[in-house]
Amino acid sequence: MKHIKTLNTKSLQNTMKKGGCGECQTSCQSACKTSCTVGNQSCEHTK
Amino acid sequence: MIHQYKNNGYNMVLDVNSGSVHVVDDVTYDVLSLLDQGKQEEEIQEALKDRYPAQEIHDAAQECQELKEAGMLFTDDVYEGAIEMFAERPTVVKALCLHIAHDCNLACRYCFAEEGEYHGRRALMSLEVGKKALDFLIANSGSRRNLEVDFFGGEPLMNWQVVKDLVAYGREQEKIHNKNFRFTLTTNGVLLDDEVMEFCNKEMGNVVLSIDGRKEVHDFMRPFRKGAGSYDLIVPKFQKFAESRNQDNYYVRGTFTHYNLDFAADVLHLADLGFKQISVEPVVAPPTEDYAIREEDLPIIFEQYDILAKEMIKRHKEGRGFNFFHFMIDLTGGPCVYKRLSGCGSGTEYLAVTPWGDFYPCHQFVGNEEFLIGNVDEGIVRTDLTCDFKKCNVYSKKECSSCFARFYCSGGCAANSYNFTGKINDVYEIGCKMQQKRIECALMIKAALAEEE
Repeated sequence: MKHIKTLNTKSLQNTMKKGGCGECQTSCQSACKTSCTVGNQSCEHTK
Repeated sequence: MIHQYKNNGYNMVLDVNSGSVHVVDDVTYDVLSLLDQGKQEEEIQEALKDRYPAQEIHDAAQECQELKEAGMLFTDDVYEGAIEMFAERPTVVKALCLHIAHDCNLACRYCFAEEGEYHGRRALMSLEVGKKALDFLIANSGSRRNLEVDFFGGEPLMNWQVVKDLVAYGREQEKIHNKNFRFTLTTNGVLLDDEVMEFCNKEMGNVVLSIDGRKEVHDFMRPFRKGAGSYDLIVPKFQKFAESRNQDNYYVRGTFTHYNLDFAADVLHLADLGFKQISVEPVVAPPTEDYAIREEDLPIIFEQYDILAKEMIKRHKEGRGFNFFHFMIDLTGGPCVYKRLSGCGSGTEYLAVTPWGDFYPCHQFVGNEEFLIGNVDEGIVRTDLTCDFKKCNVYSKKECSSCFARFYCSGGCAANSYNFTGKINDVYEIGCKMQQKRIECALMIKAALAEEE
């Protein structure tokens, strides 16, 4: 494409099919303890 | 729904529901804005005819159409039904925050635990209570294998022997029950020594080291009880600890307040000290506190995030980059949509345990007896509270439905909401605005780094 550069190709919709296993880290166990930071967590299956 | 913004010379477009991130040129940026208003190409041509050649406008609109057809622009929110079903599922407990010590050797001004005591008495968790907590976790974790336990406080190193004994107990029990404990420790560093570091490097998946940044900032907010600063004591130890963990699986973790709104300097100070994993987060405090973040502080804070983002790009390009927790976004493999929309799990998957074995929905509710949810002997007693917390997700908050950030914050922190609105299921607006800004910066950084590739 000439006008648009897309940074990612994985759609959130695709994660509906296999997601929801719950094995991932609880967000407040990472560093935050005072905010809800979820978008920066990683999926247990892509580590 | 799309969210478009300009930052650091980049025209950014986030397609909210698919999570697709696009960097576009000026004509496409303007075309998208009109498409988002429901305009057709003829109207767009008319509106932009003085600014761009017709062919350019047409080509940009065509590319937008292609992305729309590919499910990467103007996608619908198809998740609500699935998330409601997901929220109805029987939940398991997967993480505990163990308040190993309700006591602290520092007297930080902003401590939500009130110098470690959480509105209560000073106390240390006994090994017996800690074991019961781990037993409860194992028994209530269903088929989940990875179990997380954070040694928290107060200051957990004030009860270090119990930490070590609980790790040993956990290692013994995980074999019996086919579980895998992931232990973490949060410490202010005062009692940190070689023995603690060695033990943590063997047993702790992550350590969180509390330091606020520049010496004067740190010492002002994090003094000893008699007033002396703690910076000089902890910095060399934290540096050694970080190196001994190969600059990974740790965070130096600071708090910024109304008194250091120029916190980008604190983040960069930590980077200059050699730390590679840095988290500096806004204080959460009632508006009555002098150090609380106020609405009028936001423009300064936003500017600081911009300064930080630009400097991070620069340092990355120079080969001396570092991670800033609140700018971390994984565009290729982040969490699934269930995780993104179903909230942090406080009160359901995640519980805090006091030194005497009471359960609270999370560490921030500890001490508020309205939220006393159970204990290590009886388990969960207040199932009504569990239900309330289970309902905390993006779709239960009307503000989230129009917010582009909802897939990144999961609806925000229930404790923040409670502190500011008196309800767990509301939003903390100042926090939301900072979160939105951080996401904008994080995506811009991705765009800048993608340019290099």
